[in-house]
Amino acid sequence: MNGRITTLNRLQRGIVPLVLLAVFALSPLVLKQYALILLTNTFMYIILAVSWSMFSGPTGYISLAPAAFFGAGVYTSAVLGFALPFPLIVITGGLASFCMAFLVGALTLRLRGIYFVMFTFGLVELLLNFVLWWEVTVTGTTGRVVPPLGNTTVFYFMLAILACLLLTAFRLKHSKYGFALQSIGQGEEAAAHTGIHVTALKMNTFALSAFFMGAAGVVMATRWTYIDPRIAFNPTLSFLPVLMAIFGGLGQLYGPIIGAAIFTYLEEFLITRFPYHYMLIFGITMVIAIRYLPDGLVGLVQKAWKQWSRRKHGAAQG
Amino acid sequence: MLEVENVSTMYGRIQVLWDVSLAVREGETVALVGANGAGKTTLLETVSGMLKPASGRIAFRGKRIDGLPSHAIVELGISHIPEGRRLFPEMSVRENLEMGAYLARVWKDKQEILDRVFQLFPILHARQGQLARTLSGGEQQMVAMGRGLMSRPSLLVIDEPSSGLAPLVVDEMFRIIETLRGEGIAILLIEQNVQQTLEIATRAYVLENGRITLEGASRDLLHEDLIKKAYLGL
Repeated sequence: MNGRITTLNRLQRGIVPLVLLAVFALSPLVLKQYALILLTNTFMYIILAVSWSMFSGPTGYISLAPAAFFGAGVYTSAVLGFALPFPLIVITGGLASFCMAFLVGALTLRLRGIYFVMFTFGLVELLLNFVLWWEVTVTGTTGRVVPPLGNTTVFYFMLAILACLLLTAFRLKHSKYGFALQSIGQGEEAAAHTGIHVTALKMNTFALSAFFMGAAGVVMATRWTYIDPRIAFNPTLSFLPVLMAIFGGLGQLYGPIIGAAIFTYLEEFLITRFPYHYMLIFGITMVIAIRYLPDGLVGLVQKAWKQWSRRKHGAAQG
Repeated sequence: MLEVENVSTMYGRIQVLWDVSLAVREGETVALVGANGAGKTTLLETVSGMLKPASGRIAFRGKRIDGLPSHAIVELGISHIPEGRRLFPEMSVRENLEMGAYLARVWKDKQEILDRVFQLFPILHARQGQLARTLSGGEQQMVAMGRGLMSRPSLLVIDEPSSGLAPLVVDEMFRIIETLRGEGIAILLIEQNVQQTLEIATRAYVLENGRITLEGASRDLLHEDLIKKAYLGL
């Protein structure tokens, strides 16, 4: 009996994501090009925010390296071009970022707090300048052309990466490794005393999160068609996912999703309505959000819900 | 079971332990007493792999363990309950305990071991959904002990379990350690309450300025003049 109820629950819980996936998969049939591109952009930011929070959320290691891993994917796309079937390029880009993150993790994951933040951000600048130097002195160019794919194809690839990421992030969060990551964030030494191989777990998760960032970079490059190091390793792509994830709330998987979706739309809205003041308004919104929403939007809603149900409960008793 | 032979440990360039030798036999409770700063915690951290000895060797059940990382040492059956509890504050009591069973060899049995821990500490059963940081000091110490037991250790290394606790709670803590001793788990214990510790321990070592200065059966040490003067205030 009990077993049947839990399988039923699991089925019900599985249905919602599947329905959403189906809706999004069919959306190119009805959406206009503009909406489709906006949705693709939103997916890209959700991928960056969710994969960032997959590692940084539980462990508290604030990484500012998303732009580096994303950029590695962008350059993989540009270098390989038509050399391989596109799905293979996506995987190659992901793997390139995975390996890079693994190496960087080995060097830096011993650093805590601000040192780790600085190093990861330095990585973005380092790669930007290295690629710039390489292109100028070795290949003799600064920009590259990426073979374009249609808007719909780009959309489907982004959707596929997002679906894989969400499945991975969900399973990780609810596995014992998810709890282990959380305990590392709350007391690294104590975590080691319980038998967790702290270094290995941190490096693997950091690399796994970079895989999805790199894959997203590969796909996005085909929509931009022309790239140079400053576009590929744009520091904004390091800050935005972090802010989106914090804005949405790190406690739940859907926090970063909601945060990224709202922010992408907000950015789009502000750019079109207030092209000259958009950065200013955007910045102020962020400051307010971070100052007054310590647990993010999801945390705020949860708090309000708790208060409301307590009041209702209290009223029923009184 | 545990053999520490001529171990010296450095903190950077400062030597903290000098040629320390110590042994714990199967099922035995061994106390390590000494003043603050004598190097007791350093010795335990060297045993559990948090620090690497500069020289000497440490063996557990015949296998050399100095130089192994701490997770590998937990795997072999040594569980270190650190000073100051070191709980995961924003995780529930139950999650804290379950993390103790992280190793693959115990993870599948975690419910069974958890039931056993709840038997030892009934209050934790009642508090299992609460965040660890909301517990009292005594309850937090129980979570730390329970978490240490979740990996099914054969040697429990306990650092100052009574620090910062009210006298009644301290008594409770000693009763629990005696229960564990009754289950055949070997214990290496650091404590400030020298009198009570010597009463439950089989043997004891005195550590002074990083050197072992005295060792023997606890019963005999209770009557040793040096111990009486320095630690018991008699």
